Amino acid sequence: MPNLALACTALLRRDLTLALRHRGEMANPLLFFVLVVSLFPLGLGPESHTLQTIAPGVIWVAALLAALLSLEGIFRSDFEDGSLEQLLLSPHPAALLVLTKVIAHWLVSGLPLILVAPLLGVLLHLPQAAMGALLATLTLGTPVLSLIGAIGVALTVGLRRGGVLLSLLVLPLYVPVLIFASSAVSDAGIGLAITAQLYFLGALLALALTLAPLAAAAALRISVS
Amino acid sequence: MWTFFHKLASPKYFYDISGRLLPWFGAATLLLMLAGLYQGLLVAPADYQQGESYRIMFIHVPAAWMSMFVYMVMAGAGIIGLVWKIKLADVVAASCAPLGASFTFLALVTGSLWGKPMWGAWWVWDARLTSELILLFLYLGYIALQSAIDDTRTAARASTVLALVGVVNIPIIHYSVVWWNTLHQGATVTKMGAPSIATSMLIPLLLMALAFKVYFFTVVLLRARNEVLKRESGSGWVKDVLMH
Repeated sequence: MPNLALACTALLRRDLTLALRHRGEMANPLLFFVLVVSLFPLGLGPESHTLQTIAPGVIWVAALLAALLSLEGIFRSDFEDGSLEQLLLSPHPAALLVLTKVIAHWLVSGLPLILVAPLLGVLLHLPQAAMGALLATLTLGTPVLSLIGAIGVALTVGLRRGGVLLSLLVLPLYVPVLIFASSAVSDAGIGLAITAQLYFLGALLALALTLAPLAAAAALRISVS
Repeated sequence: MWTFFHKLASPKYFYDISGRLLPWFGAATLLLMLAGLYQGLLVAPADYQQGESYRIMFIHVPAAWMSMFVYMVMAGAGIIGLVWKIKLADVVAASCAPLGASFTFLALVTGSLWGKPMWGAWWVWDARLTSELILLFLYLGYIALQSAIDDTRTAARASTVLALVGVVNIPIIHYSVVWWNTLHQGATVTKMGAPSIATSMLIPLLLMALAFKVYFFTVVLLRARNEVLKRESGSGWVKDVLMH
């Protein structure tokens, strides 16, 4: 019986190595994130009060779009070179392998967003008190974005022009994350408690962690067949 | 009883049976719609606060109910197709999607028309309007995915997975929008008064709801019959049907 833990770590190491060898691709969504956020002051004017009120929403919407941009990378290249089929043929449960791939993807796309976010918070004059909330919501929220996104990518990976379709499928499903996360950051900025929002985000993460890999694995089997 | 369902699942029998049912469904739709409109537009009294403009409710509320109901039918038919590999269920699911999107769109448009005299704006970010809007996006995504995949079998399976993800997400989206709305706006948006509603208004509302439902089944049957003919166009019985 082949070892499941071994297979998952091997897959994780492979995906991370592949990502590290294409550092440019890794940096693009991050650059996009910074660029989109810095466009808002240019469009709305440099008044610190305005920027402060819109900062939570702007940073989160930009994070959402950056996550969306990087999604294709989860399965696209594996689908093209055929390794995805081999993955699905392996004796291990496909859902767990999918989860491993999503984790690898989050490590190279979600984690950098979290690291850059405080800088963007400073650029938009986000209050000091909200900084912790921004980091906490991003930590809980970006994995959900990757997990839900994986379902969308799995459904569209076999299509030639999946890009626009992917955003149509995935963005409506991102609404709850956006609502809870940006309201948590706004509330923290004016000194309110944000435990409720964090609990909701945690619940969404738990739900996505348990269900999304199953749905994504089913979708992959359909796309590959 | 089971043999009836097994027979129904075969496209040929479905085509025969639905052909016999259709006139009845059509007549019921017409009758219910006429009765509902008569009761709603002529018999029901004007609202003491909203005057005559509340009468759009008799279209708006059934359309909004249908928008949810159709999604459930669509997902249910999709599951049946996915689990028991019944081709007919896929056809029904595919026929539901454009109808559901139209009901959702109708609910949004009538809501907006109703909102203009009531709230003084074409659009307010009311929780229910917003979640209807997101539901419309979900329908459009479903339709887009279905039309992007050439093979009908793969299209049906892929879009069913999407519909199931949507079913899990719709309540979450709805309640998060409700919560967002109360956070950002406070209770300034007047909702539709107390849950109690006069019987003279309730009767036309229920009649219209029933009429919408029967209308939906009629059109789904029509669309499914068309789709069945298209998908089975190579088989002998379709040629027989088309020759006569």
